[in-house]
Amino acid sequence: VEGLPVAPDTANLDARRRIGWSQLASWDAVVIVVLAATVLIAGVMVEGFATARNLNFLILDVAAIALIAMPMTLVIITGEIDLSVASALGLISSVMGQLWLAGLPLETIIVLCIVLGAVLGAVNGVFVTRFRLPSLAVTIGTLAMYRGLAYVVLGDRAVADFPPSWTRAVTSSLPGIPIPTMLLPLVVLAAVFGLLLHATPMGRSLYAIGANDEAAHFAGVAVARSKFWLFVTTGAMSALAGVYWTFRYASARADNAAGLELSVVAAVLLGGVSIFGGRGTLPGVMAGVLLLGTLLNALRLANVSAEALNIVTGLLLIISVLTPSVIALAQRARSRERKARQ
Amino acid sequence: MKSRSPLLSLFLVLLLLASACGGTTREDESAQGDEGATAAGESEPAGEESEDTGSEAVANPDAEIPDGLGIAFLPKAVNNPYFTIVSGGASAATGEFAGEYNETGPSDASASSQVSYINTLSQQGSDVILLSANDANAVCPAIEQARSAGAKIVTFDSDTSPECRDLFVNQATTEGIAEVQLQMVVDQVEGGEAQVAILSATPNATNQNTWIAAMEQMIEENDAFSGIEIVTVAYGNDEDEKSFQEAQGLLQSYPDLDAIIAPTTVGISAAARYISGSQYKGQVILTGLGFPEQMREFVKDGTVAQFALWNPEELGYLAAWTGAALASGQITGEEGETFSAGELGEYEIGADGEVLLGPPTVFDEANIDDFDF
Repeated sequence: VEGLPVAPDTANLDARRRIGWSQLASWDAVVIVVLAATVLIAGVMVEGFATARNLNFLILDVAAIALIAMPMTLVIITGEIDLSVASALGLISSVMGQLWLAGLPLETIIVLCIVLGAVLGAVNGVFVTRFRLPSLAVTIGTLAMYRGLAYVVLGDRAVADFPPSWTRAVTSSLPGIPIPTMLLPLVVLAAVFGLLLHATPMGRSLYAIGANDEAAHFAGVAVARSKFWLFVTTGAMSALAGVYWTFRYASARADNAAGLELSVVAAVLLGGVSIFGGRGTLPGVMAGVLLLGTLLNALRLANVSAEALNIVTGLLLIISVLTPSVIALAQRARSRERKARQ
Repeated sequence: MKSRSPLLSLFLVLLLLASACGGTTREDESAQGDEGATAAGESEPAGEESEDTGSEAVANPDAEIPDGLGIAFLPKAVNNPYFTIVSGGASAATGEFAGEYNETGPSDASASSQVSYINTLSQQGSDVILLSANDANAVCPAIEQARSAGAKIVTFDSDTSPECRDLFVNQATTEGIAEVQLQMVVDQVEGGEAQVAILSATPNATNQNTWIAAMEQMIEENDAFSGIEIVTVAYGNDEDEKSFQEAQGLLQSYPDLDAIIAPTTVGISAAARYISGSQYKGQVILTGLGFPEQMREFVKDGTVAQFALWNPEELGYLAAWTGAALASGQITGEEGETFSAGELGEYEIGADGEVLLGPPTVFDEANIDDFDF
């Protein structure tokens, strides 16, 4: 496997096959159940959690993470990773501010930003697929580079005079119902990515790439092209998240969303996507995003300190990476026992 | 490569369509000018707010501060020694008027993470939020929601746009801070000629940027400081290690440097630590804003002769009393109203809803042992 330094050893593959799809689906089910339980417990125990206003805050808080987590799910399933997403978001935000200062219409700016996002993603894609470099290294490079460019574009300024009609639209609720407007595009996009991943041959080929990209290549899957377009999509979605972020906080700044890549990767892994590729579902990831957001929201309302919140995020990340491995180990041990008995 | 062209052309068509449609530009917005700004203030939630103030628009200086008044303290980030001291003052004041004190905040000093905390506080129904803003504008929509939920917003240390908060407790005027830092350099060089580098906090820090701009203006306009030349501004991001490295970098890249001004407590102590262990000790002047506690050893070992600061404990103390006076109705936030701030005495609200703490204090070897913050 080129993407990540860890090659799945045959024993692991063996175990994976034996666990089968029922096991994998159950990890998503676990996350969804844990999410439901967290929402219930928080609703009962934490004052101020179960209100329409708080729901609005929660959705607004996780929206950017959700937007980037969708393409990131596909990228990680193919065994690659894109750590430059938050920096791309910051760069897009800077460009958006600068173009607004230059007097371009917002509609044009948004289209330009998404095109630029796709280009930023294409840069990652070219390095990973054409030059066959590991995406971890490439995107750590572009993580630093894009953030640097963001400061070159906008410097230390903040552009904050976006029209209130636009910034309000992003944080508003649907007329008459206490449901955040942002939920609509999120649901539509999640459905698109979900269908793409789970209901098309292209989606299924991504699992094959993640399991073993050489085998996938020999089976006729266009490995490099798929990966390239996934990086382009991730860039474009990061740009969309950047546009959202800029409107939500009514502030275009170079340091917007610094460090967000960690939350995105944490949510994706929490949602049951294997960091080694080849495994994971989009509903699971969306549940992971919501679980992370709900926990942080509820704990903040319960006056838990920021340091403790960071520890929670870190622990969740470790648990979500560790649990599947532990299950696999347990399965392997059990089957060995069985063999020994025979 | 062929498969790419249809998508590219789709993008281009979209782009053309979007530009052809015209749409919302900045000029449209500024043409509306003030109208746009009032529209922002008159949205639904803010409407309730203005009704509220309408009914109690008359200040009642004799109003009692209600017991159990909820005072929430929201710094730029937790675990910053400066805000810990400010919080100590605010907590002490809250104890004096028998309020309930709650300190919270994000672990990183970014605008967006602060918004989540403002949302949380407004959800919890805080009466007063004492806020040091990470971004003058990004927190405003959240503040507006908190105000519509009944909270009074008092900013301290770093202000937001004046129209979004109730009052700002200013630790010192921009001119006061800029002047004292330039004066400390001029006092220490012969002939008042000096090449100066500034070691600031983050590139977006509202405070530091205003002070630096004011220093630049004073150097141009005031003859007493005309010998000073600011050669560069470096950013230590208010992180100890980064500031240390930046100080090191400055001294290496500018061999003729006479002085470093670090208008941030993290920056000055990191720079002092570097200089005291380097060949530049006693050669390069280091001054700026620092805590007596952190700077004591560097004043005693001769690395630093003078530095300045307001008393952060008094800043927090005044901010909490200001919030209590607002929430109880002793003041409404109008210019010229006065209120009592416990041991600090009477304060008056100035222009733009500002309450000024007082002139900064200069610390040197003679007086540093009188301060323990």
